[in-house]
Amino acid sequence: MKAVDLRKLGLALAAPVLALLVAFLVTSIVLLLAGDPVVAVWTQLLTVPRPRLVVAIINGATVYYLSAIAVAIGFRMNLFNIGVDGQYRVAAFAAAVFAGQGWLPGPLNIFVSLLIAVVAGALWAGIAGWLKVSRGVSEVISTIMLNAIATGLVSYLLFKVADSTTGSNVTNTKVLPTASRVPGFPLIPGTPNKVYGFILLSVLIGVGYWVVLNKTRFGYDLRATGRSETAAVASGVDVKRMVLTAMLLSGAVAGMVGMPLLFGQDFSYGTTFQPGLGFAGIAIALLGRNHPVGIGFGALLWSYLEQQGNGLQINVGVSSELVFIIQGVIVLAVVIAYEVVRRAGLRMEQRNVARQLSDQPGPSNPERVTA
Amino acid sequence: MCAITDSAQSAVNAGSTIAPAVELRGITKRFPGVVANKDVTFSVPRGTVHAIVGENGAGKSTLMKILYGVQRADEGTISVDGAAVSLHSPSDAIDVGIGMVFQHFMLADNLTVLENVVLGAEKRHGIADRARAEIVRISGEYSLDVHPDDLVADLGVGRRQRVEILKVLYRGAKTLILDEPTAVLVPQEVDELFDNLRELKSEGLTVIFISHKLDEVLSVADSITVMRRGTTVATVDPKSVTSRQLAELMVGSELPSPSTEVSTVTDRPILTIAGLVLAEAEGRDILHDINLTIHAGEVLGVAGVEGNGQAELVEAIMGMREPSAGRILLEDKDISDWHTREIREAGVGYIPEDRQRHALLLDAPLWENVMLGHQTQTPNVRGIWVDAAGAKAETERIAAEYDVRTPSIYVTAHSLSGGNQQKLIVGREMSHTPRVLVAAHPTRGVDVGAQAAIWEQIKKARREGLAVLLISADLDELIGLSDTIRVILRGQLSGDFDPGVVTAEDLGAAMTGAV
Repeated sequence: MKAVDLRKLGLALAAPVLALLVAFLVTSIVLLLAGDPVVAVWTQLLTVPRPRLVVAIINGATVYYLSAIAVAIGFRMNLFNIGVDGQYRVAAFAAAVFAGQGWLPGPLNIFVSLLIAVVAGALWAGIAGWLKVSRGVSEVISTIMLNAIATGLVSYLLFKVADSTTGSNVTNTKVLPTASRVPGFPLIPGTPNKVYGFILLSVLIGVGYWVVLNKTRFGYDLRATGRSETAAVASGVDVKRMVLTAMLLSGAVAGMVGMPLLFGQDFSYGTTFQPGLGFAGIAIALLGRNHPVGIGFGALLWSYLEQQGNGLQINVGVSSELVFIIQGVIVLAVVIAYEVVRRAGLRMEQRNVARQLSDQPGPSNPERVTA
Repeated sequence: MCAITDSAQSAVNAGSTIAPAVELRGITKRFPGVVANKDVTFSVPRGTVHAIVGENGAGKSTLMKILYGVQRADEGTISVDGAAVSLHSPSDAIDVGIGMVFQHFMLADNLTVLENVVLGAEKRHGIADRARAEIVRISGEYSLDVHPDDLVADLGVGRRQRVEILKVLYRGAKTLILDEPTAVLVPQEVDELFDNLRELKSEGLTVIFISHKLDEVLSVADSITVMRRGTTVATVDPKSVTSRQLAELMVGSELPSPSTEVSTVTDRPILTIAGLVLAEAEGRDILHDINLTIHAGEVLGVAGVEGNGQAELVEAIMGMREPSAGRILLEDKDISDWHTREIREAGVGYIPEDRQRHALLLDAPLWENVMLGHQTQTPNVRGIWVDAAGAKAETERIAAEYDVRTPSIYVTAHSLSGGNQQKLIVGREMSHTPRVLVAAHPTRGVDVGAQAAIWEQIKKARREGLAVLLISADLDELIGLSDTIRVILRGQLSGDFDPGVVTAEDLGAAMTGAV
């Protein structure tokens, strides 16, 4: 049993390592073809980040982590929630509008705003879920459309509620009262910058995701539906209800994506609020193989590449967009590598089982009985 | 019987002197733990229609995949025109003149016939006028009535099939394999297809025709090979057999010694179905006015050729299909509008027909599979929590008690052989003290050892007072296990047959509607 576990672990690690190597090679080739300095680029990217950057990497990963967990909830039952991007926008906007009013005292204001974000994200995703179960609309299509609608809707509403007293030309919601801000942790020495307090939220969601999926009846039903919808139906799972619930849950987590930014950095929702978090989440969920720990590594890697890439332009004279190439190749390679490794693993296990059985004493080979 | 044209007749006669178009000798194909084909041997003379019949799971499709180069045989030889060939891929097969017409058409609707035909064969006659002329020539030569510039989307099913046939002829096939070609056709189209086949034959082509519809086979084939449990059991002349005899060969007539066990049938009805109807949007009902009662300790066997409503009957009982009318009673409770989960919790065990799709999570470890279908019941869960320890202990027990041969309960279901998968499923279903067991083809695709074990379990269930609904295509199994046998044909149930006196002939006749 132990040996099997070790091999499984080896197989699980083989794929991402392979993907990283492929990304390294492909990027190097791109740099060579473009006539850019290969060694200098990798030196910049692989240098040990300074404390200020370490904080930025952790903070970036905190946000990505939530987004990837939201996507992973859908992935575990073969639902492709491409709409995390729209869901976090709608949620962050709704929460920011409420929190900015400061109707409730400090911590309570944070808690209720968080709740509003969760509900808003869930409802926005719920539209796609409802369309799927009632009308058979593919969630891929509907969530992409809902992303576009979310962007438009939020921009439109933002203009209506924009805080005009700030006197700046940046449009944003009313800034949070100081008492409603989540203080950071001075985790990294050597820099005044602090790690988001909401890193705890990410950890909590990660643990919750793992517990619900692996330890509860509901999680079992959800995974069963993802593995084989036909078998799940025959086992008594109400697949429609499962689809709706999973979409709502995915949306609820998506609703939290913007919260570390809102309460720990921006203190309002505006036109400069970080975009594209939902799409990064898809890539990271793939990279982390929907596993809470894997996603953690994936989120850190993503954030690391982006932060280290920021210096490319200044230090090496290469556009920092290079990082997008690396990220893209990693995702492509990792998807292929996982499939290759999965098949190899299946074959290995089948052979292994057959061998172990034929070693057993007695009439253990069913074929012999047939022949 | 069938109109054999002169040229075909001469081809048949000549077959004794010239090498057969296709000859298979000792073809054996093993999948992990299961023998899909075993010592398959037959030969097809050029210019004849040769039918291969057998129940689903008899090994026909594996055989065809081997013949078409999709899979390779572990043993045995294939000869084409007397020369041994080695087929590694479909393109090897087409190179030696073997073409396949699949049951599910592989045509692009939004392209024309011409475009579909040349797709992938552009090198043959180009993609324009030469190809068009060739299509017109083939269509004319074999009376296929196919026009190169028609849009495939506008064509009916029968004509699409002829496009498929033309496609393989265009690629130079001399031997055509047709996989269940009549399954998608209405009767008139079937007649047209058979005319086409006779035309092909008269032009010296060879047709291998796979089916389980005996009447059709008898009307079109020059010779018939019967497959059962992966091997060829006989090759017969259609002029000298009846469809009853064929049915017997297909499902096996060597009956096991009659069940020596005393009847355990009680007068306590456990499962009662009254006036059950499953209507389809158009046409006739899938199930029409089904009435049956199964008592405690009774095995009710349902015989029938695949696709006559048995799968739907099972799904209706399990709550996976909503009946249009009628009632399903579990003892005295009406469960017809219950959800699948409630029905399973109420004590209905279920062994689905397609275990890989409906009974297993192939990528999940065995202990998670043991939970499947019982994920709301002890020992698998405690409240809302999965009780992994309980489920694992239960899996160890089932593996030992039901002789599931596996090195560990942590391997995936995928890595077990079919027979061991099925023993695990049977064990799982029997472990929750069911009152009813719905078993659809419980021994399909499993080895003989597992088959005997599963039969023993069903007998044990009967002794313990379960009501068992046994759906099977294997008459040995039905006659050996059942207390009562009913035959399902076109969604309707026949009257009772007594397994003590009924013959496989009687059942075969009732199954094919030949009574």
